[in-house]
Order: sequence, then C-alpha cells, then structure tokens
Amino acid sequence: MEETIRFELNGKKTEILLDPKLTLIWVLRTQFGLTGTKFGCGEGICGACTVLIDKVPVRSCTIPVREVAGKKVTTIEGLSINGNLHPVQKAFIEHDALQCGYCTPGMIITAVGLLLKNPAPSEQEILHGMEDNLCRCGAHVRIIKAIQSAAKEMKGGKLS
Amino acid sequence: MKKTGAGKTVSSGSTERAGLRRRDFFKLLGAGIFIIFETWDSFELMALPAEQRRALPADFNAFLWIAEDGSVSCYTGKIEMGQGIITSLAQMMADELDVEMEKVKMVMGDTDLCPWDMGTFGSMTTRFFAPPMRAAAAEARTILLQLGAERLGVPQSQLEVKNGIITDKMNDKNKVSYAELTKGKKIEKHLDIKPNVKDYTQFKIVGKPNLHQDARLKVTGQAKYSGDMLFPDTLFARVLRPPSHGAKLVSADVSEAEKMEGIKVVREGDFIAVLHKNRDKADEAIVKVNAEYSFDEMKVDDKTIFEHLLKTASSVNLIASKGDLATGRQLSETVIDSEFYNSYVAHAPIEPHTAAARMEDGKITVWASTQRPFPVQETISRELGIPLEKVRVNTPFVGGGFGGKSASLQASEAARLAKITGKPVMVAWTREEEFFYDTFRPAAVVKITSGMNKSGKINLWDYHVYYAGDRGSDTIYDVPNAYTTSHGSGSTGPKAHPFGTGAWRAPGNNTNTFARESQINILASKAGIDPLEFRLKNLKDERMIGVLKAVAELFGYTPAKNPSGRGYGIACGTDTGTYVAHIAEVKVDKKTGHVQVVRVACAQDMGLCINPEGSIIQMEGCITMGLGYCLTEEIQFQGGKIDNLSFDAYELPRFSWLPKISTLILDKKDQPPQGGGEPAIICMGGLIANAIFDATGARLFQLPMTPARILEAIKKIG
Ligand code: FES
Ligand code: FES
Repeated sequence: MEETIRFELNGKKTEILLDPKLTLIWVLRTQFGLTGTKFGCGEGICGACTVLIDKVPVRSCTIPVREVAGKKVTTIEGLSINGNLHPVQKAFIEHDALQCGYCTPGMIITAVGLLLKNPAPSEQEILHGMEDNLCRCGAHVRIIKAIQSAAKEMKGGKLS
Repeated sequence: MKKTGAGKTVSSGSTERAGLRRRDFFKLLGAGIFIIFETWDSFELMALPAEQRRALPADFNAFLWIAEDGSVSCYTGKIEMGQGIITSLAQMMADELDVEMEKVKMVMGDTDLCPWDMGTFGSMTTRFFAPPMRAAAAEARTILLQLGAERLGVPQSQLEVKNGIITDKMNDKNKVSYAELTKGKKIEKHLDIKPNVKDYTQFKIVGKPNLHQDARLKVTGQAKYSGDMLFPDTLFARVLRPPSHGAKLVSADVSEAEKMEGIKVVREGDFIAVLHKNRDKADEAIVKVNAEYSFDEMKVDDKTIFEHLLKTASSVNLIASKGDLATGRQLSETVIDSEFYNSYVAHAPIEPHTAAARMEDGKITVWASTQRPFPVQETISRELGIPLEKVRVNTPFVGGGFGGKSASLQASEAARLAKITGKPVMVAWTREEEFFYDTFRPAAVVKITSGMNKSGKINLWDYHVYYAGDRGSDTIYDVPNAYTTSHGSGSTGPKAHPFGTGAWRAPGNNTNTFARESQINILASKAGIDPLEFRLKNLKDERMIGVLKAVAELFGYTPAKNPSGRGYGIACGTDTGTYVAHIAEVKVDKKTGHVQVVRVACAQDMGLCINPEGSIIQMEGCITMGLGYCLTEEIQFQGGKIDNLSFDAYELPRFSWLPKISTLILDKKDQPPQGGGEPAIICMGGLIANAIFDATGARLFQLPMTPARILEAIKKIG
C-alpha cells in the first residue's frame, strides 16, 4: 500500500508517495536520482550505501524508507553547499584518498558522522570508526590521513 | 620494439569503423585537427589467449582531437577502474602537446567514439597504448607549429609553445593559440615521418605528482558508474541463478512471481528473469520462482583441490631451462624439496558487475562495468544477432576490476532483456551473484627442488607450477642449473576447476613469487645466512639488487639469521617489467595465530614514472589489498557450490589491519616506463610468510595463512 512519507532530504523538505517498505538506498537512487549513494552488498556489510540520518551514519540498504519519516537525511550530494566542498571532501581530494571511488561516498559520509560525534578523534578512534567500511582498492592509508586533516580543519568552527 | 602501422592516414569516409562510419564520425566530432594512428603490433609477442590475439583490425587504434576551443580530447578504448590512467594518459598528452593538463579531456571505453582496444589489463596501458598516443600528440604539435609559422610569418625555429599558445620568440606579441589555428579546419596528416616524441628531460607534467583528475567527481557523488545510468522507465532485473556451478535447471514455476503487481517475467529456455521498476520488488519476485535442479558436479572441495589439480594437470610447458639438473644436484651440499599451495581467491570489487541497457530505433546502448568494452560489444552483437554497428558499449567509471571484470555476463543479460522488453533494463548483481560468478584466481600448487653448496650458492633449481600460470615463475636468481615448468595452465585435458577462474591482479605472479621467495628464505635459514645477504649473494641482476638495497635502507634493515624473533620478512620479484622488493615486520600472537603486520617498506624500479603520486597510491593499494590473500581470503566450496558468498564469510583487509607503509620509487627517468598497477602486490605472500617464520620459526606453505594454519605450523615445530 502506498503512503506519503515526509522527510528532509539534503536540507529540503520532501514528500513522496510510495510503498513505505521500499529500501532507502533504492528510493534515493531511483526515485530521487541521488546515485552517489552506492550499492555494494545490500547486506549492511560494506558501507558503500551509508547516509546520515539525523547526523548519524546509517546503511541505507538495511532500512525501509518509512523509517526516515520526519527525519533529516543527508547523502553525499548534500554535503557540499553551493559548490563549496565539505572539509572531508576537500581532504579526500588533497590526500588522493580514493582510487576507483566506489567506496568513497560511503567513506566520506561515515567520516563526517564520526567527526560530528567526535571532532578530535585519535588515530585509533578513526580506525575504529571506519573499520566496517570496506575498500577493495586499498585506499585506507590515505583515507585515515584525509580524516585527520579534515578534523584539524574543522575545529575552527567550520563544521557544517 | 618495432612500430608498424603508424603512418597511415585514413581519409574521411573511406574506412568504416565498427559502430560508426568514418564520415559520421567526423560529423560527430565537428571541426578540428585529426591525427590517426594505429597500435604497435607488439601484442603478438605477448602470448595472449587466442581470442585476444586477434589481428588488430584496419581501423585505427587511438587518436586525439583538438577542438575549436583548444581543448584536447583523448580517445582511448582503455577504461578507468581506479588505476589512475585517466590522469597519467592526460599528463602524457598534455606534455607532448604543450597544453595545460586541464585542457585534456579523456574519453574512455566508448565503442562508438573510441578506437578498438582489447581491454584494460596486464598493466599494458602505459607500456603499449601510451607510446603511439604520444607519437600522435607529437605529430599534432608539429603540424600546429607548421600552421603557426605560416600564420605568424616567421620560421618554425623561431617559435615556442606554451599552454597551447604558439609565440614568436623574437616578438611575444606575435602569437596564436591552437584554438585559433584549428578553428573551422579539419586537417589530416600522415605519420610517415618519425614522430618527434619528447624525451624525459623535456617533460613538465610527466614525472610530477598529479592528483586524480576524477577526484572531485568521486567525492561529490557525481561520478557516474554503470548502475547510475537510470532512466525514468528503467526496469530492474533479477536473473534466476542455479545453486551451484554445474547444476541444471529441471523445472521452474514462475506463477507466484507473476502474480506480483507490476512484475514482468521473461523466460527463454533456462534463462529466467523478473523485472520491476523497483529493485526491491524484483528482489522479492525472484525468490518466488520455484526452481528444481539436477546436479552433476565435480567431486572436489577446498581440501581435496590440490591433490585433484596435481592429478589433473596433463599439459606440460617448459618455460625456461639452463644447465643440467643432475649437475646441479652434484654441486649441492643441501637439497630442499618444498610444496606450496594457494586457494581460490575472489576479486571482490566493491562495485558488483552492473550493466544498463537501452534499445532505441534498433540500436542498443549498454553501459557496463567491464574491463573489456569492445569484446563485450562483440559478444552482445553475436548473442543477440544485432549488427556490430548497432551495439554501443559505454564504460563509465568502473568501481574496481583487478582482472575480474573481463567476461561481463551482466552486460549480455541487460542487453538481452532490453531487447526483449523494449525498456531500459538495469542488471546490478547482488553480492552473492558477484561471488558466485567471479572468475577466481585459480588454486595452485608449486613444487620446488633446490640445492646449494656449503657457502650458500644456489646451484640447483627445479621449479614446477601447477595451474597458476607462468607469469613470475622465472628464476630471478643466478642459478647455473635451473628449470622452470608450468603444468596444466592450458585449456586442454580434463576439467580442473569446478567454476570459472581467470586473471587476478598480476595473474600467476602472486603464487609464483610466494613459492620462490619462501623457498629462498628456507635455503637462507638452512645456510645460516641473513636472507637479504643470501639474496644479494645469489643475484646478478643489477636492477633487482638495486631495489633490494633501496628497500633495506628505507626500512632500516639490519642483518640477522632467521628466525631472529624480530618478525622481519623480505621478498622481491618482477612483474610487467617492473622490479620490486619489500621488507615487513609482523607480530604473531602464538596463542591465537593472529598476525598483525606492523610495517611494510617497498621499493620499486619501474623505469620512467609518469605519475609518481599515482604510482605510490598503486603501491599502497597493492600492499593493503595483498594482505587479504596472505591472511584471510579463500573460497570455500564443495563441488560447484560456493560456501562464502558474502563479505561476512569472505574477509577483505580492513582499517585495523593497516601497517605503516613506506614506499620508494627509484629514479630511472631514462628507462622506458613499466607497469605500476600490479607489481607491488606480488611479494606479499612470500613477504608475510617469511616474516611469520622469522617471528615464530614456523614455516607456512599455504595461502592464506589463517590463524588455524599458523597454529598448526607452530604446533609442528613443538
Ligand atoms: S550496500 Fe549497504 S552496506 Fe553494502
Ligand atoms: S577506492 Fe575502490 S573500493 Fe575504495
């Protein structure tokens, strides 16, 4: 049965009529055309599909769209504001923290979520926070460096 | 290597390309300067499978286009899957032409726009695609200079080019840009004069670190992959899969699936698919198909596979021979026999095989995550009975390949369904399908008999590799009596593997280097000589010696007999023309068998390095990825049934595994560039096995070195 679901998507109030059981990842990708959220496993294991729901990283392949009703969803497309990249995005470019780039949106969103909770994480805390995001290309070393430098950058109140 | 084929100019309208007539092609591109060149026929030398060895067609292989606005399009059938050629090819193009890097636009893997290419694998882009591309760029520059001289009314020798602007050295107001020159003109030029390619001293962009050109697209989610090619009426498809390789469909009842609203069921013989505009609904429908199978599988599993392979190997191929084995034995004080094994390993890219297909006016366009767009185009044309020029395969960004995105069954499936339904179709494999249909790195066995004299000089080397292939099997050491034999890598004889196998990042070389470098340390330890010293003693190849010394310095290595308890490992090898050596330090928990790799140093001699930043990234990637096949990655199976079909059951390297990585690229600007995407992964098995031995005194003969295998090896030594 279709229902109207209302939520905030990348800063904009949104409503959509659909089957509320549809998985968030496919609704974002298909209904909203936000294809930056990637499908890697569909089982909540790889992290490629991670989005922020009320500032907390969540695997969009594991939850039905009805669960975001009344909440704020941020995807990779919603991180930069008016073309200004988020410090984590900038740091990923500066440190070349990607190869094929397929894990990248999920990595960045997870990192943003981590920094929102803990603005000055230790290396151990970063490793721990990123542990469940998989990257097959082996960009890990640079991802850590990028997150560290973004953390430094963001501590001047630049946190979005 | 001889260059042939270059120098021909194809005139407008006279030649047909697959997909587009030449005439249309010009139309498509508009005005500009055209340089056409063909590839070297050096591929013939490379012992490729017959299918890939096909004579290059008369159509040109690569080209560039300078548009009216001065931008330079570089068309290549190669694809970008994370190896960074979107940057390194652009660097070379920019340097040859003297334009800014930002002006170069890479157009990759589109069968309508790009010249035929057999595929992106084997680290061949820089070695074999780049030289003719650079020659073309050099030629274009020459033509532009000639035009510039005419326009500016001064001799060519009085001109200089910078950022695409030709300037009179005597009068810097007298200048003209490439854009002004090419405007409205289309010029064709023969390449019958030897193109004046720059040498490394003239490079301004090549050899300097350059960040990935595609990075901004990738960090903002704008980069398009095949799965992102969605249309308003796209149908998501799920295809019915057998439970195991070798299972045959006996019957299928699709009635329950058909009852679902909006579901379309397609059935053609054994091929059954369900389609819906929502992916979730297609997922739901496919499990409602009630299917029965008959089973006729091979009776082999992950335990018995090695025995099976040794029995099955019927083809024998002598790779190299030197001296005489009997003599070698006589000259050896100590003779050691070893057997090494490695399991099947998955490619496991984070992007599963994906393809979108759309049929319009009898022409089908397919966007596929593939390393081989042109062979995919040919397959679709053949399978669907659509003429080649009516099949366009497009390759957006590919989310990792590592050799695994070659066969690309998903592209055929999407094309077939788009043709049947008349709608755009998306086939995006689930993780389970991705594991199931992967063409795994083959399980393999290596047997080595080697001998040395009292002072540790190796005099005997009898090397037999089964099913890995011969890449990297050569004796890199200076051994007077050495034989290398490869068994069973051909496709003749009884079936060896219960499922598909194929090329996996540096195919064959991971297995061979693991075996060879382990055996070298076994000898060194027996001789009571430090393993680095032992290698240097038995090596003559200066480049190999060079990388070993470099890595020792980088690591801060001090010699010691193994096992020293320090947990130091060393290994070296060659791949795609590149020399590489690693030293690592590990910690082994003797109670649990858990290994933590503390640090890895790696030195690489790859000749001229086009993009040092990109190459270092590849080295880091190789080291990180390589830890997986060292420590955890192996396919568990019974017959054709694969047991680990998820990331839960098949463990990839994670953040917590990360060693400190230090890398060094030797400055060899005057040498031709060699492969960079694969070499640094080949040593990982031997490196970590040797480090574990140094830490514990226990020798591991099988990859991956799981905690259980490590504990067993520790138990053996008591
Ligand atoms: S796709 Fe959601 S966690 Fe992998
Ligand atoms: S960059 Fe390719 S999976 Fe992470």
